[in-house]
Amino acid sequence: MRFHIVKRDQLVWWKSWGVRILSVIVGLLVSALVTVVLTGDNPIQVFATMVDGAFGTERRLWTLGQGIAILLCISLAVTPAFKMRFWNIGAEGQALMGGFAAATCMLFLGDKMPTGILLCVIAVSSILAGAIWALIPAYFKARFGTNETLFTLMMNYIAIQIISFFVYKWSNPVGSGKIGVINPDTRAGWFPIIAGKTYLLNILIVAVLTIAMFIYLKYSKHGYEIAVVGESENTARYIGIDVKRVILRTMFLSGALCGITGFLLVCGTDHTITRETIAGRGFTAIMVSWLAKFNPIFMIITSFLLVFFEKGATQISTQFGLNDSFSEIITGIIIFFIIGSEFFLNYKLKRDEKKGVAK
Amino acid sequence: MLVQFIQRAMMQGIPLLLGSTGEIITEKAGHLNLGIPGIMYVGSISGVIGSFIYETSVGPQNLNPVLAVLIPLLSSIFGSLVMGLIYCVLTVTLRANQNVTGLALTTFGVGFGNFFGGSLIKLVDSEMPSITLSATSNIFRTTLPFADKLGVIGDLFFSYSFLVYVAIIIALVASWILSRTRIGLHLRAVGENPATADAAGINVNRYKYTATCLGSVIAGLGGLYYVMDYANGIWSNDAFGDRGWLAVAIVIFALWRPHISIIGSFLFGGLFILYNYVSVPGAGIEVQELFKMVPYVVTLIVLIFTSMRDKRENQPPQSLGLSYFREER
Repeated sequence: MRFHIVKRDQLVWWKSWGVRILSVIVGLLVSALVTVVLTGDNPIQVFATMVDGAFGTERRLWTLGQGIAILLCISLAVTPAFKMRFWNIGAEGQALMGGFAAATCMLFLGDKMPTGILLCVIAVSSILAGAIWALIPAYFKARFGTNETLFTLMMNYIAIQIISFFVYKWSNPVGSGKIGVINPDTRAGWFPIIAGKTYLLNILIVAVLTIAMFIYLKYSKHGYEIAVVGESENTARYIGIDVKRVILRTMFLSGALCGITGFLLVCGTDHTITRETIAGRGFTAIMVSWLAKFNPIFMIITSFLLVFFEKGATQISTQFGLNDSFSEIITGIIIFFIIGSEFFLNYKLKRDEKKGVAK
Repeated sequence: MLVQFIQRAMMQGIPLLLGSTGEIITEKAGHLNLGIPGIMYVGSISGVIGSFIYETSVGPQNLNPVLAVLIPLLSSIFGSLVMGLIYCVLTVTLRANQNVTGLALTTFGVGFGNFFGGSLIKLVDSEMPSITLSATSNIFRTTLPFADKLGVIGDLFFSYSFLVYVAIIIALVASWILSRTRIGLHLRAVGENPATADAAGINVNRYKYTATCLGSVIAGLGGLYYVMDYANGIWSNDAFGDRGWLAVAIVIFALWRPHISIIGSFLFGGLFILYNYVSVPGAGIEVQELFKMVPYVVTLIVLIFTSMRDKRENQPPQSLGLSYFREER
């Protein structure tokens, strides 16, 4: 008996999400198996630990929310570019440049203006820094067709080295190789604490951005143009869309949102900058966005999943004395399963009909 | 000093060479494997695990030299082969998006390396956060006996361990196969236009699987070389760093030709360690960080110039990054 593969029509939403949820469950079971082999504890205990790690205390809940907000923000940033089939894997560098702009403003303008104006100045400069870092590869892609995946990848490392350079140069105390918390006394450029919750402002900003991005992609003319360019550049040209302009505009937006992510991380979370500030989220964002099929609302779910695994697996590793990288293994396994499940959403296996014998 | 610099540059270049050769073979089949950094980590840690088990079971004094090389070598190959297979099943058979799969593979591979590295470090309970396998490493680093009798020539050309020569031979052979043989022609056809290749009777999936898995294994050897040779058998977490990405960069620099990749790797190796040898008067250690930026900037310039000149033979394989589905032609 042989099978062949045929393309499926679009599945109804509950079936497709059923398949995805099933794949997550299978992924979780495999991860549980791995964990049991490594720790020798029973799997229910392991899951309980994961849930505890993510939701256990109020503090953990807020960190979870904050983690989701940041990951969601950078995922929103890469989404319009991906929808256009522009593989921007340089979100890491773009966000880092945004964060760098924020840190620079905090360092040099911290005592020169009131916090409200300072935060506005920082926001604008972060957005510009991220956008410029994204426009460089976009320009070359639009003008010469330069491969954007490899270009943006290189831009990440250039950004990282620039930040390393300045982190050493401005290190505090001198020679420590760290900038340390910026303006710890005056708190200039720090996000204000709303209703006693440190991370509330971050989460609110990202919530607004999510809805805005959903509307932008779904209902605006720009969103439509992005979708057409992504489906077929020739069609886009034929119906009179200026492809180069769309590429540049979309990458400007993508970079600007990355810049905002950097701004949220530096002013709203860490209050410092290191070369590790973005911590690989620029790459994780690609998975978040892709798994959610570029839908900003679904991205809330996918970024929740990834942050949950990260926090949960970190808790497992502390509780059972494993090391931190355990969470990356678990995340990897589950993502493999989700990626694999996409196949069953797009294709189905059909049994070959018997040939030869006439009926 | 100059001789020493060239030696170090070559040693630094070998992991990059193996990584980029592996990636070139993979990309020629039309698969942009961004999992190479993760695969190199896995190749590295698998070798470490293999030799760790062997060293602790017989004791570092009475290693059998052949086994001491073979065990890490085979376990490294096994580790990276499994990684390559995961990538293939997802991208070739299940037609998943290559960028996403590759990045997930890198997350997984780096995590895998650091996790088992960390666990082994805990197991040996040493004061340093690293595992030292000097005995195995010494065997790996055995050089030709007559090398030091030949003066500068000996230092420059014959003072390396066997993996260095293996890496260069692999690159030359790969280059020859890609450009001069029927298999290479078929492979390139698969990468340029799988539908045409399929119509010509080439088994597209078999070529994709073979090339990607072979590429992974070769890249994994780069990780093994790094830990056993370059780092003198000392594994510490994250020490391998961004070399995997640099290997991906060299693919562009070499215009998808393994023999140019040899020169590219040594050049990048030199750029990578340049900051140790160049001192700018009056500048602090921060300038080092700018020197480390040079390889990436050079790659960018090459990338821009090749796309501007738009010569057909210098372009990436045409179907790079796209899945092939026969019924969709």
